[in-house]
Amino acid sequence: MAIIDPRHAAKQLIYERVFRAATLCAAILVLLILGGVAISLLRGAWPALQHFGFAFVEREIWNPVTDEYGALAPIYGTVLTSVIAMLLAVPAGFGIALFLTELCPPLLKRPIGVAVELLAAVPSIIFGIWGLFVLAPVLQRYVQPWLIAHLGGLPVAGALFKGPPYGIGLLTAGVVLAIMVLPFIAATMRDVFDTVPQMLKESGYGLGATTWEVMWNVVVPHSRVGIVGGIMLGLGRALGETMAVTFVIGNAHRITASLLAPGTTISSTIANEFTEAVGDLYTSSLIALGLLLFLITFSVIAAAQAMLRRLERRAGVAV
Amino acid sequence: MSRRTLRKAKNAVFLSLSLIATMTGLACLAAILWTLLSRGVAGMSLRLFTEMTPPPGGQGGLLNALYGSAVMTLLGILIGAPIGVLAGTHLSEYGRGSRLSTLIRFINDVLLSAPSIIIGLFVYEIVVIRMGHFSAIAGALSLAILAIPVTLRTTEDMLNLVPTSMKDSSAALGAYPWRTTLSVLYPAARSGIVTGLLLAVARISGETAPLLFTALNNQFWSTQLNAPMANLPVVIFQFALSPYKDWQNLAWAGALIITVAILLLSISARVLLAVLQADRGA
Repeated sequence: MAIIDPRHAAKQLIYERVFRAATLCAAILVLLILGGVAISLLRGAWPALQHFGFAFVEREIWNPVTDEYGALAPIYGTVLTSVIAMLLAVPAGFGIALFLTELCPPLLKRPIGVAVELLAAVPSIIFGIWGLFVLAPVLQRYVQPWLIAHLGGLPVAGALFKGPPYGIGLLTAGVVLAIMVLPFIAATMRDVFDTVPQMLKESGYGLGATTWEVMWNVVVPHSRVGIVGGIMLGLGRALGETMAVTFVIGNAHRITASLLAPGTTISSTIANEFTEAVGDLYTSSLIALGLLLFLITFSVIAAAQAMLRRLERRAGVAV
Repeated sequence: MSRRTLRKAKNAVFLSLSLIATMTGLACLAAILWTLLSRGVAGMSLRLFTEMTPPPGGQGGLLNALYGSAVMTLLGILIGAPIGVLAGTHLSEYGRGSRLSTLIRFINDVLLSAPSIIIGLFVYEIVVIRMGHFSAIAGALSLAILAIPVTLRTTEDMLNLVPTSMKDSSAALGAYPWRTTLSVLYPAARSGIVTGLLLAVARISGETAPLLFTALNNQFWSTQLNAPMANLPVVIFQFALSPYKDWQNLAWAGALIITVAILLLSISARVLLAVLQADRGA
């Protein structure tokens, strides 16, 4: 007597194969999406790349009337705003992570952690509209005049703080970006600090070290890779952020030394001009900008993920 | 000053700085919420939900934009979530430890933080150019692509949390993995997977950049999926940057609606996860 009905078993095997194939297809689709993004951007950017060659990334000109395009100003703006954002957000994120792991009373740990994560959930367009209507006027009225008066006269660095206080511009975009990436950096650093074995920290305290000394001499060296990974993840977000920047950057296709002047970034140029672009070369140049952004952010994020993964593996071995 | 006092002073300075950083972060959240409330509540009225977006200087509401956002978000989730859940199932159940899975996991994490405007350009290239015009379906597709990484990641994590003994029991009864997955693993990980879906909805419903070149916008009521469709984020973008007071007020009202919706979604996702963890602990 057969315990298993052969027909039933055969049907089960078919279902199994179908289900397995479906999950595999879905998984492969993820690879195809990334590949598709790369290929379609390259194809769309090809006319511009062919027409301008390598000069595309070297030239500052961006003139739809004469159909001449160069990516230098958007690249400059993208890099500069992200650098400003990181200079502000990294120390602040480190401080928040330190507070959450070492200082915070247990009762407040969860609410504050959730609040930081909620800040990360706020859509970027909200940061943009808030930056334009609330932050920019405040910076224009109080912060920028102070910067111009006190730092504008410095020998070399002074050039960064020259010119009228527009309110909108590279500095404002950098500040808005800093607020946006702050929760990501803080949350990653907190998670990384949590992987440091309690025993190591207690050994530090046992030797009489202060909280800061344990932090700086035990926790930070132990989680260095993860910290850098978290920072780069935040950098990846800052480089590619579109809406928050588009509101406050000022959209000026030129390179100026002053941080207070309006500028442009890769993503805000695309967001502002893409639907209005007439002519194949114009559209293609905008897609070429997208390709550049893709290459830059992809390498930064991939490096960040690789670092965080290395840390995970090490933590796995230590336990 | 002795070395001891110096060390203590240094400690106090850095700990205060850390406290200040935390306060600043919380203050930013409070400031954003306060601005949204104070400016958005003024624009709140029944008209928002009954009338279309107005021409400049006119009065109106956001009905077509709210409808469009709901439709495209729903479609995006309906397309993206099954793919994400299935792919997550593959990584957790079939491909554990294989090279391909490691690669897919890595690429997925990259897609998770990739700039959304790039996805917009991608969908523009493959859908909008082919169709010859902007459309709601293109918008929904770009949102679906953004929803996949979020659902994949949470599904995999949640399936990994299901105790192996449950899987083994099912296998011992003669069930194939597909049966085990559908009848044992999915029910066991249900609230975790739902959390992932909520987070994905929260993520895509506020996205603006990918909709700019896919769904575009539409000033009128439209339910056609192959035509441009109004949506809240793009309306906020256009209206906020306009010089008209009425439009700006509508933008603030829309911003308040969208933020409250997304924060509620994120909070319920977290509550669900907390309940799940409490269950597991007990």
